[in-house]
Amino acid sequence: MLFKKPQVAFYPFMVLRDDYKCVRCKSCVDQCSFDATYYDEDLNMIMNHHENCVNCKRCEAFCPTDAIKVVKNPSTFHPDANWTPEAIRDIHVQMLTGAIILTSTGNDKPIRNYFDHLLLDACQVTNPPIDPLREPMELKTFIGRKTDALEFDPDGVSIKTTIGKQLELEIPVLFSAMSYGSINLNLQKAMARAAKEFGTYWNTGEGGLHRDLREYKECTIVQVASGRFGVDLEYLETSAAIEIKIGQGAKPGIGGHLPGEKVNEGIAQTRMIPVGSDAISPAPHHDIYSIEDLRQLIYALKEATNYEKPVFVKIAAVHNVAAIACGIAHAGADAVVIDGVRGGTGATPKSLRDHVGIPIELAIAAVDDRLRKEGLRNQVSLIAAGGFRSAVDVLKAVALGADAVYIGTVAKLAAGCTQCQQCHTGRCAWGITTNDPRLAKRLNPDIVAENLYNLLRAWAHDIKELLGAMGINAIESIRGNRLRLRSWGLTEQENKILGVLPAGM
Amino acid sequence: MGKRKLMKVYPIEENCISCRYCEVACTMVHSASKDPVKAYKLEGLLPRATVEVKGAVSLSLMCRHCKHPFCFDSCISGAIQVGEDGKVYLDEERCVGCWNCVLVCPFGAAHPFISDNEKKRHSFKCDLCGDRGFPACVEACPNRALVYDFER
Ligand code: SF4
Ligand code: SF4
Ligand code: SF4
Ligand code: SF4
Repeated sequence: MLFKKPQVAFYPFMVLRDDYKCVRCKSCVDQCSFDATYYDEDLNMIMNHHENCVNCKRCEAFCPTDAIKVVKNPSTFHPDANWTPEAIRDIHVQMLTGAIILTSTGNDKPIRNYFDHLLLDACQVTNPPIDPLREPMELKTFIGRKTDALEFDPDGVSIKTTIGKQLELEIPVLFSAMSYGSINLNLQKAMARAAKEFGTYWNTGEGGLHRDLREYKECTIVQVASGRFGVDLEYLETSAAIEIKIGQGAKPGIGGHLPGEKVNEGIAQTRMIPVGSDAISPAPHHDIYSIEDLRQLIYALKEATNYEKPVFVKIAAVHNVAAIACGIAHAGADAVVIDGVRGGTGATPKSLRDHVGIPIELAIAAVDDRLRKEGLRNQVSLIAAGGFRSAVDVLKAVALGADAVYIGTVAKLAAGCTQCQQCHTGRCAWGITTNDPRLAKRLNPDIVAENLYNLLRAWAHDIKELLGAMGINAIESIRGNRLRLRSWGLTEQENKILGVLPAGM
Repeated sequence: MGKRKLMKVYPIEENCISCRYCEVACTMVHSASKDPVKAYKLEGLLPRATVEVKGAVSLSLMCRHCKHPFCFDSCISGAIQVGEDGKVYLDEERCVGCWNCVLVCPFGAAHPFISDNEKKRHSFKCDLCGDRGFPACVEACPNRALVYDFER
């Protein structure tokens, strides 16, 4: 291509336009935030710079006459199982830029999804299923430290034991940490509203809590990460729980970097940093180098908030996740959050996103087992995160041993996201992972709050149907109940780790 | 003049994402074919609601059905009338195409139309989808940037 490096011509996507159907409304030109579409006045035609197209499908969705289809470029490299187009393109990018390849969203490699290899049980003849439309079904979930034993008054009736503060969820699903800065306030607003209305929680992520969202205190989990952005006493107190973020599934072991250009007035104020300055989250917390250090931070936060807030600790699922989770339980956390290898992000080096960490299914099973063995399971709740796609995934995770599940990508999808993996560019055409006012207003919090509420409602129905079929009327009864799971197509070793029997046994 | 019981279309600027659905929906429902492609390409129609964009700001503009319509004052042929209901009507058959209304409308909501063969010449503007019952632009808007409501 003229004035371009030759490799630019090998672009992955193409915008096909049925020119007869195009009425020159220029909606596509306006909607494309990647400079891939333009109007040529002399030709009176809509044209494309295919090489810039990221397949976000915004133009396709907004063409009023359905004149556009964005397709994979049919011109590809010689078929080669080893040198895939992705492998070749990555070399081209790195040889031209000399830089790490940045990307976003979650791992897109075909790492085995164990949820797809697990099957649920149902009742037949000898034990009756339950019809969730006729009988009450309980999805209520409590997150927080439970007691070791119950003590009773001498009358033998009243319970003497008191338990610490619990989060009460109407569905074992919470909205995952996504910071203001990585996403915009509109999506945070939508999540906060949906969480409040449905009876669950949303998480601020590491970017602080904007003033406008302080009214959602009761359903807000505030995060304390290595950058400590926006953390002060008021922040900690404006919450239902506090989450210490150690790591994230999409980028275990590294920190974060919100470039200065993105730090506008609102973000700066919320993060408590100057406008235009880089917001850097260091890879480690500089005050945490051991479980004892973690314990200090947990108790500092508890002390600061009068022991009124459960404290969560979030880590990425790495090789020895079970031992680390036990350490976290010992350190006094009320919940441990594990983010698996498919966890999403607003920006990460591709090499980390795709190659670091372990699948969440194995992590849940391993952590639940280990906590039980050490007699710690009642002391911490286990929240799983990273790549959950459906109510069925949630139920399987609960059966494997999770108390609840965090969803992030699903919330983005409900806001229009097409998983184009461009969040890190700040140009999200769907107005999600961008704070450009022109783009951010594409996300109407009223509409998205409704979408999210509907989604939670649908998932609750789904879970109830599945539980009913199993003859169970409360989510509590399936929690860690791996006997109601069977696997297919897995090795003996995998079954052993998951603690499930193969189908047929 | 007291408060009129008139419903009209209100644009909400903060929600407008300049997608132009309102424009195309408008053109389509005012066409004979009721087909957006034919409306533009065979019937040569244009939208009565027009989207104005400047940087991050955009909004859809259409006739405000003003209480004191300048277009009515300026119309030399009697094509523009104010109905009992307060709606401002433009009779395209009676319009002689002097463009007075186009010039005086403070919202730029009246537009000139000249057919390809120059046989037809008249101005046109939002008629609140009179024969349709509900404004097409409001129905089409994907981001709730248009509402059909009583005059405030
Ligand atoms: S959105 Fe569709 S009809 Fe409008 S200019 Fe683009 S291709 Fe043409
Ligand atoms: S809007 Fe998205 S899919 Fe359409 S041309 Fe632009 S980058 Fe490609
Ligand atoms: S949030 Fe936006 S940029 Fe990120 S994957 Fe989804 S559509 Fe693409
Ligand atoms: S349809 Fe709605 S959002 Fe789209 S341009 Fe018109 S008023 Fe704006």
